[in-house]
Amino acid sequence: KRVRMAAAAMNDVEDDEEQLSPDDENVISASEDEEGSDDERKHAKLLEAISSLGGRRRKKHVERSEASVQVSEFSVTAGGAEEKINLCDLLGTMEKTPGAPSKTKKQLRNLQNCKETLELPLSKQQTEKIQRTVAYEKSTKEVSRWESVIIQNQKAEQLVFPLKQEPAGPKRMEQVVAGWKAQTPLEQEIFSILHSNKQPVLDPVLTPMEKAAIKAMSLEEAKIRREELQKARALQSYYEAKAKRGKRIKSKKYHRVQKKAKQKEFLKQFDEMMKTNPTAALEELKKMELSRMEERMSLKHQNSGKWAKSRAIMAKYDESARSAMQEQLQLNKELTQKLVVPSDDEEERRAEEEANALPDFVNEAEPVPDSANPWMRGKLTSEASGPDVSDVAAEPGVSDVAAEPSSGQEGEQHREEEEEEEEEKLLREFERKRKLRRNEEDDLAPQPREERGRSSPVDMVEQVTREEVVGEDVVEISDDEEEDDEEEGAEVVSEFNSLFNRLMQSRRAEPQQIQAEEAELLDEGLVYVRTMDDLEALGQDEMAGPSNAVPDPHTQTPSAEATTEPPSKKKKEIDPNEVLTREAKTITVPLVLTAVEEEEESFAEQAAIIKEAFAGDDVISDFLKDKRKQEEAGRPKVVDLTLPGWGEWGGVGLKPSRQKRRKFRLKAAAAPPRKDQKLPAVIISEKRNASIAAHQVSQLPFPFQNSAQFESCMRSPVGQTWNTQNTVKKLTAPRVVTKLGAIIQPMAKEDFLKQKKGPEAAKQGAIPLRGTRKKGKKKDSR
Amino acid sequence: MKVKVLCRNPDDYVRETTRDIQRVPRNYDPTLHPFEVPREYTRALNATKMERLFAKPFVASLGGHRDGVSCLAKHAKSLSTVLSGACDGEVKVWNLSRRECLRTIPAHEGFVRAICSRFCGTSFFTVGDDKTVKQWRMEAPGYRVREEPLNTILGKAVYTGIDHHQSEGTFATCGQTVDIWDEQRTSPIRSFSWGVDSFSCVRYNPVETELLASCASDRSIVLYDMRESTPLKKVIMKLRSNTLCWNPMEAYNFTCSNEDYNLYTYDMRYLETPVTVHMDHVSAVLDVDYSPTGKEFVSASFDRTIRIFPKDKGHSREVYHTKRMQHVICVRWSADNKYVLSGSDEMNIRVWKANASEKLGVLTSREKAAVQYNQKLKAKFKNHPKVRRIAHHRHLPRDIFKQKRELRDMKEARRRKEQNVHKHSKPGSVPIVTEKEKHVVTVVE
Repeated sequence: KRVRMAAAAMNDVEDDEEQLSPDDENVISASEDEEGSDDERKHAKLLEAISSLGGRRRKKHVERSEASVQVSEFSVTAGGAEEKINLCDLLGTMEKTPGAPSKTKKQLRNLQNCKETLELPLSKQQTEKIQRTVAYEKSTKEVSRWESVIIQNQKAEQLVFPLKQEPAGPKRMEQVVAGWKAQTPLEQEIFSILHSNKQPVLDPVLTPMEKAAIKAMSLEEAKIRREELQKARALQSYYEAKAKRGKRIKSKKYHRVQKKAKQKEFLKQFDEMMKTNPTAALEELKKMELSRMEERMSLKHQNSGKWAKSRAIMAKYDESARSAMQEQLQLNKELTQKLVVPSDDEEERRAEEEANALPDFVNEAEPVPDSANPWMRGKLTSEASGPDVSDVAAEPGVSDVAAEPSSGQEGEQHREEEEEEEEEKLLREFERKRKLRRNEEDDLAPQPREERGRSSPVDMVEQVTREEVVGEDVVEISDDEEEDDEEEGAEVVSEFNSLFNRLMQSRRAEPQQIQAEEAELLDEGLVYVRTMDDLEALGQDEMAGPSNAVPDPHTQTPSAEATTEPPSKKKKEIDPNEVLTREAKTITVPLVLTAVEEEEESFAEQAAIIKEAFAGDDVISDFLKDKRKQEEAGRPKVVDLTLPGWGEWGGVGLKPSRQKRRKFRLKAAAAPPRKDQKLPAVIISEKRNASIAAHQVSQLPFPFQNSAQFESCMRSPVGQTWNTQNTVKKLTAPRVVTKLGAIIQPMAKEDFLKQKKGPEAAKQGAIPLRGTRKKGKKKDSR
Repeated sequence: MKVKVLCRNPDDYVRETTRDIQRVPRNYDPTLHPFEVPREYTRALNATKMERLFAKPFVASLGGHRDGVSCLAKHAKSLSTVLSGACDGEVKVWNLSRRECLRTIPAHEGFVRAICSRFCGTSFFTVGDDKTVKQWRMEAPGYRVREEPLNTILGKAVYTGIDHHQSEGTFATCGQTVDIWDEQRTSPIRSFSWGVDSFSCVRYNPVETELLASCASDRSIVLYDMRESTPLKKVIMKLRSNTLCWNPMEAYNFTCSNEDYNLYTYDMRYLETPVTVHMDHVSAVLDVDYSPTGKEFVSASFDRTIRIFPKDKGHSREVYHTKRMQHVICVRWSADNKYVLSGSDEMNIRVWKANASEKLGVLTSREKAAVQYNQKLKAKFKNHPKVRRIAHHRHLPRDIFKQKRELRDMKEARRRKEQNVHKHSKPGSVPIVTEKEKHVVTVVE
């Protein structure tokens, strides 16, 4: 009971509070504006307070009384914004209004009766997560647009910073004198005129047209375009030269052949055109028709001209004149012949006809004044020169027909084919002749002489080898088996080597990685390097230090593999004295190697000097001995593992049995051939040399695939001693170029867009106008 | 009869002016210039030695602060102006070319936590421990006029970082939340929080200017887009990142300096693993800044050194230290790619050359050519052991050297242990975790 009482009391208290609180606020607010000027407001508030006493919900107080972060700067909430409209309110009004259709009323009622509730919205965390993922994807997509630019920059040979540099070269006057204004009346007048002509006056230095042009063609585009133009020009000049050359050829036959070929080509094209592009073919046909009409109008081939008359006089006596006249008439006939509309079954015939009935425009010489430049006259001009002659000559088949009408169709065809072959042959011959002539002009004698010069020492060397090899006295142990196995063995050895290499590589991989890691590290120590001597000492330290500790596999493996193979021709026996004669000595070793290209005089002189210098000692024999020794040392040795007395009787005078010896004598695999095997005057040592190894790279550096690549890269010098200035400049161009005292701004979006535009334009092709139009369209679409 | 005479054309051998160099005809016949590789090798070796001899990176020290330098900022438009804030609330404006302090502003009570310059260079912003963001004019006030901030924003919590947008009048601060502000408003236009209570650094992306990244105290790096209402993503690492810096030439790459002595370069599209882990410091890395070319970055560490890393290499190419330089708190790379500035605990700002052996000032064309040739030679022969040895040698203070050795041993021991565990457990049960994967805990979407 007491509890209930307490609860009631609580309720009362709450009610009281609710009732009282507005009053309190009113009181406070009243005290705040102590002037008491606005009675109306007070009155209104009082009314409000009273009305709230009646149990209705009082309105929320919206006045802002205290500065706080939570209150927005703008949001002044409308009165009663908090109140919600319920469905039943609407329904009540609907019931009352007679105008509302019963259908909607029904719908509303159904809605009210409907017990189904909407699904709960997702939790805040989930919605936020979704929002985040969406936003992240969006931004990654945006950022990924930069990828191509970034990769391009990474691959670039040279980067110049700041990225956005002002264009080099002289500036326009207007840019330099920026703040200048027209002052004198004359200037103003000029400016007004300029204005009227829409010329740029002050700020917009370029006309809109110029601006558009500049926008249309970026630097890269312009470069591409220029290159194309250059190429086109080069091609044009080439063709011009060719045409000129062709024109200068006096041979009539050549021209005839040429013309025939052209005709054929044209026909082929026409056939093609019939299939692919009938409208164009029709146009061609129309042209032919036109030419026919013209022919009919003119008296060109009617044998009525001056020349024809003279021919007619000559015709009595001269066979050729007669035939020429005949041909003229024939031509006329052909040209005036009506064209038959080609049908499918008549194709062959049509082709023949067309071969005869060429349009006149092909033959007509165009009225171009510059006859020296036949290229300018279009495609078929070379045959156009001297139309009647070539016409006459070009159709021998036809003329034959005219001369011997009795000959059959087949024969004609056959002859034509023959003719064609002949033509081709002729063409080829012409080509060949021209080439020959050019070669004769070009060819000077040095090459053969050089060859001779080169070959002679080689020959000598070869001679020497033969003699030396022959002269060897190492030939005592000649195992037949070894001889036979040699080739097989080589194969096996190479296989084994590759296998071994692979194994070694796999094993090497791990330490190499570690080494690579270490290679990157700075060598940080306690030593200050102050002088050159210190640096030298550093180098020495290193020699004694890590590089020696880690034996490099690359240099070692070849030395391990390097074993010699006995020289092949050791069986021949020749007196060693023969090798060491005076003559042999004159072909001394260093001369052969280094002084190949020297002149003979100096050669002889040198030889004499050397001869004199080494008069006393036998250099060559020493050298040969040396080499032999090295070869011996490199040869794999037979290991004898026989233990005398093991498993049999042993003692003085007893030898282990042959069977046992065979079993326990281990023959090592034959070594790969020595590199100096075929170089008599050279000893190539493949052993690792510690003093050189200190300067050698122990493992293949990163970007290189194989050692050959790396070596070739090392071999090409970059210095001025070996290269021309421009090459050096190109070779030594730094990766990053910065401008002194210029602030390098971060990459801007505009640059990116520009770069995007570049390749697009390049793809579009050479015509800049089209590009601009496209860009314009794009802008519109945007 | 034709008589052949000696013919000389003075054009071939007479100079046009006395200023011209004498023309020396050259014969490039290779037989006349033998041993090209050994000769170039020797030249390369000498060039490397010269480089080490002339490596004097320290340019100047700017003294004047009365407490540790806590933050540095570059002027957006002027190369010679640098701003620095100290732990006693003072902000100083320096002229680098004259190496003197132009202005001293008592800006905040307590630390000046961060400074940034407006993109136009007319004003700069500071945040401090007194929970305020202040905007200052770049020019000094007239004689006898008190230093007054242009604007002051009072906040509820301490701001620890600030960065300005690249081209708009908005800036971002971080503290309890990451806030985006309009310069004209006193309340943030956007405020991001994602279950983290404090951030140490916020940086705008200089390329994609709407993106931001921040380092939070819960060991995470959070990405934001200014236009979105929520953060984008965050990656949580093993230890806390102190600062981060976006690559100014690569929109999606950023590098963060971590408490675990390493720096991590991330691609913001693939946060699962860092692109590169940069190791070499022997104590927490406190600050990082990219070179304006985007090819390298410089890091400042608690171990009293500055290191310069190529952006895609795991180890540093250069280490700078001096006897008197204590914990380096902030570091910046100058906008012309020539200098590095460092502010350290012992109240000094130091100016270093970015390339230790570079000759300062204008070079003649021949000097330039020689430098380029030497550079090329060094690059060509960099793998040769002698050259490499000399080029990589650096002196280190004893304690750092020892610490480094110790760390190496520890790392090696850990590696060995991992290897052994892997070797002696059921195949597949112990996965091999690469160095890159080790440092990322999770990526939260």
